[in-house]
Amino acid sequence: MADNISVDITRVAGAEPPPADPAPRARNTCPRCGSHYREDEMVANLRVCTHCGYHFPVGGRERIVQLVDPGSWGEASAGLRSADPLEFTDSRPYPERIAAAEQATGLLDAVLVGTAAIGGRRLALVVMDFTFLGGSMGSVVGEKFARAARLAVEQRLPLVSVAASGGARMQEGVLALMQMAKTVAAVDELREARRPYISVLAHPTTGGVAASFAALGDLIIAEPGALLSFSGPRVVKQTTREDVPDDFGLSESNYRHGHVDLIVPRGELRDTVARAAALLSGGAPYRPPSLVTDIDPIGAVGRMVSGARRRLGGMFRADQNGGDPR
Amino acid sequence: MTTTQRRFAFLRRGGDDSWSAVQFARHQDRPYTLDYLSRICDDFLELHGDRAEGDDPAIVAGIGSFRGQSVAFVGHQKGRDLKERTYRNFGMPRPEGYRKAMRVFQLAARLSFPVVTLIDTPGAYPGVGAEQRGQSGAIARSQLLLMSLPVPVVACVIGEGSSGGALAIGVADRVLMQQHTIYTVISPEGCAAILWKDAGEAKRAAGALRPTADACLELGVVDAIVPEPSGGAHKDHAKAADLLATAIQGELEGLALIPPGQLRRMRREKFQRMGAWVE
Repeated sequence: MADNISVDITRVAGAEPPPADPAPRARNTCPRCGSHYREDEMVANLRVCTHCGYHFPVGGRERIVQLVDPGSWGEASAGLRSADPLEFTDSRPYPERIAAAEQATGLLDAVLVGTAAIGGRRLALVVMDFTFLGGSMGSVVGEKFARAARLAVEQRLPLVSVAASGGARMQEGVLALMQMAKTVAAVDELREARRPYISVLAHPTTGGVAASFAALGDLIIAEPGALLSFSGPRVVKQTTREDVPDDFGLSESNYRHGHVDLIVPRGELRDTVARAAALLSGGAPYRPPSLVTDIDPIGAVGRMVSGARRRLGGMFRADQNGGDPR
Repeated sequence: MTTTQRRFAFLRRGGDDSWSAVQFARHQDRPYTLDYLSRICDDFLELHGDRAEGDDPAIVAGIGSFRGQSVAFVGHQKGRDLKERTYRNFGMPRPEGYRKAMRVFQLAARLSFPVVTLIDTPGAYPGVGAEQRGQSGAIARSQLLLMSLPVPVVACVIGEGSSGGALAIGVADRVLMQQHTIYTVISPEGCAAILWKDAGEAKRAAGALRPTADACLELGVVDAIVPEPSGGAHKDHAKAADLLATAIQGELEGLALIPPGQLRRMRREKFQRMGAWVE
């Protein structure tokens, strides 16, 4: 359901309009504690605030660099692009929006798929990019997910997906809705072939993606403080006039209610995926290298993240979460 | 430019039928799931509860006797007067509703009954409790279960087919739409609020979304259109039910010829073909 994309929904019920000229928030300033970082520090920190643990969004390509063994990524179906089946136009035609998103992100759609190795184990990988039209799922996302699942079945690999999406892409109408069923069909194929599927949920995973493949992992891992819900908090508030709790839809709330298996900070994501892939595939367990720095594909910074975690005394652990987890 | 775009070129011609379809689909006298079941089944036993949390009156599920055979029916249910509308939560299911549906799908698989679903919802309920009890997961798992069923599944949109809340019970071997219904990724109001920044632009949004039965048929999202009595289903419930029953029976007869092992693969392939992309 795409009405979870929270932009501008405040205007629906005549609520306060957004500020006329909002000051652009510095991209590398932590919205929680105000710490500033240079871009190279951000990359080195895996885009996690070393002071408070806030997880900044990560683009698709950078996520792949963070996760996979160097040189192991092989992209598949890279040339797929959206058609414009409805010739959809709102304030601007859909092809123009696509072109602008391509220009801004260097991607052709909101997902990258391929094969890679993580901790030495080959797997099929799906990584979404929220910066491309809000990570919305249209025909290209659906098709590429289905192809990645097919790769996993044919090459007998586990499938790992990293979701970050506002939901279905309205500009593709009912065909976008059907991509939910299409990705579910792909998961059914995986299950019939007995291939394990690990679903990682990053901020935000809402709407049609939250309610299709992303919810169907054999193992569901959430990043700390991510919004994971079918409907966004503003839609809930406006439709039901209920009081929406501060932690509504966040990873920690989802963990408490039993909808995710683990909340894993980004510095440990790669290792956790490798462990899970090994365990779900049967056979020998994954032996992580002894030093955190050794398993950090960027190098030299895992220690910083890890130090921040120690200082914060377990705030990453969902069962001890206090206060605003973001 | 591409074959895909030529294939969908018909949509350029589109008239102003989208908005009228929206109004037909939401007409307050339109027959709802229970109106149809009481007419097309010789007997219907409604089952209640998801065996975990509670019962969701926005989804009706049970076993009916339909033209001489037992069929598992699941449908969204709206209410006609204010009291019933509130009781039925305007046809907006909570996770309990989808879990009740799944219980009945599993029962059908075990007893080898075909499944028929009737779609009529403005969307899954966007409430705090519904989210906490796992709305996304319930919608995803209901689709997955339908995708994997070894028995025939027929779905028909009988009013509003809006977003994931509709699709949760819409994964089927044959997907039908009544003539004056809509199937859409988001309500026209929701789309207008986001893309036009004004819910009042719903009519324009409906025109852009093209949620009509004709458009869905051309896009390959539905397999057939079920005719309605002249003036719409709300004008003649009995006739509308007859036409619906005939269509469902025809589909079930066709699906009965397919070996059970093939149904799941064919259903999967049908949904995996959907989409429009260039490579």
